[in-house]
Amino acid sequence: MSDVHKLTGAYALDALDDIERARFEQHLAECEDCRAEVAEMRETAALLAETSAVTPPDSLRSSVLAGISQVRPLPPEVPRTTTPIDIRSAQPAGRRGWMPFLVAAALALFVGIGATVTQPWQSDEVPQLTAAEQVIEAPDAQEVFVDLGEAGRATVVRSKDKDRAVITTEDMVAAPAGKVYELWLMSPEGVFTSAGLMPDAADQTLVLEGSAATASAVGITVEPDGGSEKPTTEPIALFDLTEAT
Amino acid sequence: MNHVRPVPDGTPQGVPSGGDAPQLSDLLHRAGRGDEAAFAAFYDATSARAYGLALRVVRNPAHAEEVAQEAYLDAWRSSARYDVARGSAAGWLLTIVHRKAVDRVRSVEAATTRDETWNRQTAPVDHDQTSEAAHASLDAARVRSAVATLTDVQRQAVELTYFGGYTHTEVATLLDVPLGTAKTRIRDGLIRLRDLMGVGS
Repeated sequence: MSDVHKLTGAYALDALDDIERARFEQHLAECEDCRAEVAEMRETAALLAETSAVTPPDSLRSSVLAGISQVRPLPPEVPRTTTPIDIRSAQPAGRRGWMPFLVAAALALFVGIGATVTQPWQSDEVPQLTAAEQVIEAPDAQEVFVDLGEAGRATVVRSKDKDRAVITTEDMVAAPAGKVYELWLMSPEGVFTSAGLMPDAADQTLVLEGSAATASAVGITVEPDGGSEKPTTEPIALFDLTEAT
Repeated sequence: MNHVRPVPDGTPQGVPSGGDAPQLSDLLHRAGRGDEAAFAAFYDATSARAYGLALRVVRNPAHAEEVAQEAYLDAWRSSARYDVARGSAAGWLLTIVHRKAVDRVRSVEAATTRDETWNRQTAPVDHDQTSEAAHASLDAARVRSAVATLTDVQRQAVELTYFGGYTHTEVATLLDVPLGTAKTRIRDGLIRLRDLMGVGS
């Protein structure tokens, strides 16, 4: 069993962060076994609530009933489908020069993570979001995942509406001594603008600095401590956003 | 056999007890067509569990009330989208409540406060914050005895995530184990509870 299947429990208990959850929901869309297991685990978790039942104050009942009288229930959902797009079949010719350094074979691209109908019972209201969550939860959020092999895994989510991109890393190896990972936003013309330095952490979620709405890619390079104004090395990862629209 | 066993649905007045699942899902379907009285009955049958869960996670009664209120309003709005084939009506509601409660603690409480609260909460005397009604409930007793069969590490991992509202990464740190170990404990603990309580196939 691969690692991703083991996330059913943590997912059912709302114990994943936003990007982990978004990624797992993509997996759920394709994995019937996990969907069934998540449903069972949610029922199981709900049984745990039996042990903590507490009679609520009367004010809750009156505020709930007053609240519903002012809102019409949403209409039933009409099923939609989302189709993962394979970026490997759609590389823009203009950036072939980058390809040797891009982990192309492992690069997969998904669209529509905010709009899948496979999220069981996700509520429509999402209160009190952090800046990163606002991007990740945006209806137009797009995600690109890159597997760096032994160097870790990273995911970029971009929302054009929010004009921001967010990167999440998992098990990412530290930059070499005296070096730092620097993030870049690449314009359609191929111009790289620094989007900030990555703190030295294996697992983190960062909002990239700068306007991301029109960026065609996000890159990571290894730079001398303190960073550089322009990339001085080839990127260790490039996240192609052009096909994610 | 591959259906999900419904969460036992409560009788009116919020006292948990077995049976009655068809009634709850029926109430929800009627609510989806705008029937406020049906939703009031749904509220009465589930509110002790919903409020109790919110209170267990967020700790603060005023916050718990807000969380439960938001969850019920969401449930009302989404009631036409509830699909009985995907699980019980009570499980559906409590999923919404839990998500909102977790969102609340993660956004509002400082990590230090939560750590202190967890330390207090893990003291044996404090551990079960339950109502008289739940103590009297056969279902609660059944759940308790199932939980009691978990290994200590599984129980800690499941309770820290479900009632503590921590992420699996935070749980791994709190328990001082690798993330993969935390994931496995959460999942194994839930699978054992699922099997003991007869949820699923």
